[in-house]
Formats: sequence, C-alpha cells, structure tokens
Amino acid sequence: MTDRYVLAIDQGTTSTRCIVFDRRATVVAVARAEHPQSYPQPGWVEHDAARIWRDTQKVISRALAGLSADRIAAIGIANQRETVVLWDRATGKPVAPAIVWQDTRTAGVLSSLDSDVLRDSTGLPAATYFSATKIRWLLDNVPGLRFRAKQGEILFGTMDSWLIWNLTGGALHVTDVTNASRTQLMNLATLEWDPSLLEMFDIPAGMLPEIRSSSEVYGTALGGVPIAAAIGDQQAALFGQTCFEPGDAKCTYGTGGFLLLNTGTDPIRSGHGLITTVGYRIGSSPPVFALEGSIAITGSLVQWMRDGLGLIATPSEIETLAASVTDNGGCYIVPAFSGLFAPHWRSDARGVIVGLTSYITKGHLARAVLEATAWQTRDVVDAMNADSGLALTGFNVDGGMTADNLLMQIVADVLDVPVSRPMVAETVSLGAAYAAGLAVGYWSDLRDLSGNRHRAARWLPRMTSEARAAGHATWRRAVASAVFFSDGLA
Amino acid sequence: MPGLIQSIERSSAVLRLLATGPGRLRVKEIADALGLPKSTAQSILRTLVAIGFAEQDPRTARYRLGRGLLDLGSTGLDANELRARALNWADALASRSGEEVHVGALRDGGVLVVHHVFRPDDSAQSMDTGSVVPAHATALGRVLLAYQAAAAEDVIASGLDAYTRRTPTTRQALARALAETRAQGWALSVEGWQAGRAGIAAPLRSYGGLVIGAIGISGPVERLCDTRRQARPALVDHVVAAARAISRDLAGP
Repeated sequence: MTDRYVLAIDQGTTSTRCIVFDRRATVVAVARAEHPQSYPQPGWVEHDAARIWRDTQKVISRALAGLSADRIAAIGIANQRETVVLWDRATGKPVAPAIVWQDTRTAGVLSSLDSDVLRDSTGLPAATYFSATKIRWLLDNVPGLRFRAKQGEILFGTMDSWLIWNLTGGALHVTDVTNASRTQLMNLATLEWDPSLLEMFDIPAGMLPEIRSSSEVYGTALGGVPIAAAIGDQQAALFGQTCFEPGDAKCTYGTGGFLLLNTGTDPIRSGHGLITTVGYRIGSSPPVFALEGSIAITGSLVQWMRDGLGLIATPSEIETLAASVTDNGGCYIVPAFSGLFAPHWRSDARGVIVGLTSYITKGHLARAVLEATAWQTRDVVDAMNADSGLALTGFNVDGGMTADNLLMQIVADVLDVPVSRPMVAETVSLGAAYAAGLAVGYWSDLRDLSGNRHRAARWLPRMTSEARAAGHATWRRAVASAVFFSDGLA
Repeated sequence: MPGLIQSIERSSAVLRLLATGPGRLRVKEIADALGLPKSTAQSILRTLVAIGFAEQDPRTARYRLGRGLLDLGSTGLDANELRARALNWADALASRSGEEVHVGALRDGGVLVVHHVFRPDDSAQSMDTGSVVPAHATALGRVLLAYQAAAAEDVIASGLDAYTRRTPTTRQALARALAETRAQGWALSVEGWQAGRAGIAAPLRSYGGLVIGAIGISGPVERLCDTRRQARPALVDHVVAAARAISRDLAGP
C-alpha cells in the first residue's frame, strides 16, 4: 500500500501555508504564500479574502506537487482567529475587505457594552479583538448590507468558514467551536449562538455558520478528500503540542506570546483577567476548555532593540549580546509599549527601564530584554495557576523565539519547571493535521498522537530558589514603577 | 589590465568611495563618481549589502561601509544567527535520521556546538549547546578544518590529543582524513572521540561557497555504519541534503 498523508492549511495573519505530514508527523512538503496587510486608516487592518482563497488554492497545489489527491487522507484547517469575512451567498464574493483581529476601529463602541454580561456568557471581555463588533461595524457602515443580511443574502465567517465554503464549492457554511468561541457571539455553556448576544450586537442569526466540532468530517474537497478539521491557530498549537491533559500548557513565542492552558472539560472563569476559551472538541466528545493569556510584547521588544535602538543587527544577536554578561546588573525593562496586559490590565501604562547605573552596558540591557519576556510569562502562568488550581509541571514552547537558547533557559529558571521544545516546530499546522487525521482514523486516538511527540530540546531550571524569589520581587517593583510613572501622566 | 576581474575592481572602488564619505553617498553619486551606469552601481551596492560589506541607512537611503568589514577574520555570521537559520532543517534531519543533530562552528581551535537537537526517542538527554568539542577527533571538526587550511595548521601545531585508539594524532593521518572529506563533500568519524560512537557531518556554506559551519548526526557505530564501518548511504544523503538546504538559505538574498 502506498503511503498516505494529511494536508494542513495554516491560514495565518501574514501568510497562508500548506504542509503535508506523514504518519510519524514528519513534514513531507511545505508551500507558503504571503499576503499584503492593508492599513487604510490609523488602527484599521484589512485583508483581501478573495486573495487569501487564491493563495490557499496555490499553496495546496504547490504542496501536492507530485502527489495525487487520493494520497491525502484528510484536510485540516488552522486559521487566524476572530478576523471577519462577509460574503454574498449567491456569488460567493466578499462584500467588503476582511476586518483583521488587530483592527481597533470599533474601540468607540466598547464603553456601551456590558463587559460583565459578555464575560459571563462568552468568557471574553469587551474588546475590539473579537468578531462581534467588527461584524456589526460592517452591517452599520456598508450601504444596504444590513438589509441584505436580514434577507439571508449575506454570510459571515471567520477564515475557516470562508475556506471551507470555497473548498466545497459553496456547499457548506460551517465553523468549529474554537473559532466560534472567539466571535463573542457563542455562549460557552451551550456552545450555540446566543440569541441575547445577537440582539445586543444587532446581528441576524441567518448569516452565521453552523457550529461543529473541531475534528469531524464536514464535507469533501479536491475530488473527494474529507475536510476533517477546523481549529483556531493558537488552539491548534495547543493540540499540536499534544497538550491533552488538564494542566498541560504551551506558549508560542513570536512578536507576542500566546499561552494556553488545558483546563479539562469544565470552563474555568478567570479572576485574573485571562480569557476562557474552547481548546478543542473531537467529534461528539465533550469540549475541552482552555485559559488563554497573551503577552503583547516579546519578540517585538527584540525588534525594538534592533530597529529603535540599533544595538543589534539581527534578532538572533540579542542572545550573543545578552550572553556577554552574566546577569542583568540590576537593570529591568518593563515593555508596556501599549499598556500592561494580563494579569495587570493597565491599558494606560507606559514602559520603563529601571535600575540604571553607570555600570550598565548594552549587554545588561539585552539580558533585561530576554528576562522581560520570561517574567511576563511568569505573571501569566501565576494567574493561570491561581485561576485553575493546577500547578504547572512542564512548559511546552514553540515559535521563532525558541531558537534563543538563553531565553529558553531563563524561562525555565523563572518558572522553575522544565521547558521543552518539540521536534516539529510547525505546531499550528500539526495541530490541524492531527485533528483531521483523528476524524478519519488516520491516527487512532490521542495516545497515538502523543506517541509522535518527540522532544527536540529541553531546558532544566538552574536558578537557586533565593535568586528566583529575589528576581521576581524586583520585577514586581519594576512593574509597580511603570504603573506609578503612568499614573502621573495626563 | 587584462586578466583582472572588472566587477571586483569596481566593487573595490565603491568600497574606497564609501570609506571617504561615510554615510553620505547615494547610488547616483557613486555611479557618477565612477562613471558607471546607475543600474551597475545599484547591483554592486546590493551585493555588498548582502555580504555585509556595505549598509544602507533606512532613513536617508545613503550608503556606508558595513560591519562585515570590521571582522573580516571571522565568518561574519553570529553563532546564534546560524542556529536560527538551521533550526527547522536540523529538526527534520533528526526526525528523518532518528539520531541527534549538532551544528558547530570553529572557535579557538575547537568546535563550538551552536545547536543541538535531541535524538527523537524521548530518552533523557542533556543539551550540548555551548560546549566545545575537539576538531580533529569529530566529524563536525573535520568538515570545518577541511575547508580552512590555516585553522587546520593551528590545530596540528597545538598538538593532536588522542581520545581513543582511532583519533588521528599525526599530521599525515589528519591530512588524509581532511582530503577524504573534501573529495566526498562530507565527513565520517568512527570512534575518533568516543569509543563506540560515530558521526557524519557536512559543510554549511555562505555566499561564495565560504564554509561557516557544519551540521552532523552522531550515534552508536552500528547505527551509523554498516558492518565494514562505512557510513550508511541513506544517512549520508539525509545529512548532505540538510546541509544543502541550510546553505541555500545562508547564501540566499
């Protein structure tokens, strides 16, 4: 019998990728296409959904080069979350540019929303980030759109829905429960669209996709290949990291950091400003929930060292510079470039560099940059532990910044748990492939998937508990000084 | 003058001009000064920027000498940058070969391990990154010495320590191993450093073919070699393919 494969599509914020995996989860083929970001006004971020669909077709055919579709056992989709596409049911054409999750044009309406009600029913605070305010903005601002939506002529979807609609030639209008949980229209208790939320945002129910599980056969594409998974990208990374047990956590380090903790089959409401979200749902099994905390500034602080200060030529050099000294010399950087996020939630805060003496060199600053990422991770992990009552036993990392060995060592040191990097760096695509492969029996069960997971690297804590406690106390003073400084600003 | 390469002469002239007017010259001014078409000056500058000998100020679009000229004696690539470029391919190599993977670069006569991927069997393993291994006794080191004659001389001059019975300890023995490495484009070391273990490594090349590092697998002799203690061809193919893929990225734009 010839080998069969699973095809994963990772429709991300800056690019669309297609990766073919074999049964041992080894990458067989990769194709990638970048798409432009459109910034028509300050705070606005848009994508061309039609272009993204063309890119998707292109990367699928490039990744399949030499492979016939009958060698593909299933297709899985992971996607940028919350981004809103509205299209015409009859023509299949987008009726407006897609509004990307980073877009803040709807900031003005937040104050009119009842954040407590939203948190209670959706697990999410009132924020521009989620889909609901963006759908409403389009219905309010594109002439005639609300009327047409009420007539049932307009469909809404996140990128998963948009791609599945196109892959099936307009036959299916579905989304998965992880993507639905980020729209702010789904009730976390029922996992259905919530009529009171639809009323609050004035969104016609008829334009919404059907909510399905993350891993089941929705339909077929490419002449008979099952489309068998859709899952939000950060949840896909959790799944790809095989974080299947309550207490398993992963952090993806890129320009920012996304930390998700599996909390099992009961949603945990955060008392510390974290987001409650659906982690994944396999077929008709109960959904698995997650707590999510994001760190706004991680890799982007390194970029600032390069582009803003010119202290390094490439991001990797931060490690060389940081390794030129043995400690931070007493210097701490709190990178509150756009406020402090979980668990502090001070959107007005500004960043600070504290502890300066004439002894401080750029090496100490570089070290403080890496430590800032580690301490911010610690803050989110502490909040998660407090909310969930689960003590972290290990920490799984992925993303571009995991190339930085010194950073990974510092993360292990400040969290006081081993930090592991998996062999397959493409955890988002792998998560989509796993979910799809499970649905069609390509892999038999979660244990089968865990058997594929191999550690590529592992960092053990080396810091003494005294040094950790002292460093943490000083970091907290640094954060407090950022808040103190910002309090006095107009 | 016949026999001299015009593009090198022109590039050198551009560098001398940049040295006289740091941070002040635009493409047009450089082209005018040398009597070159603007497109030719542009191509030369783009190449010099790519190899690190010139830099362009992103704000003013003016050119200056690059930091690559300050450390001509080094490889010009930061060790941590090398790891970042090698990361994905090193993972795939470990996954395909089933063995642990190391990426190394020459540092003070030894091989600095800049990256380490565990053997994919989830056994207890510790990170080797940052450690230094002997150049003459390992496959990684043989690759690096094979393409850097001066470094090989230095290593020989400082004495070839014996780690096992099979470590090359004479100038002739090492020279033979290095010649063989150059001839086949990859290196095999069987029990050169540790008894019972072997390594297969291939060069990582930057622009112009410059060898700036090596990538290799290591493991028990019986897994890496056949019964005649020759490298298993499938494993050699995996190592060479990974090295080529990383080199394409290093030499690329």
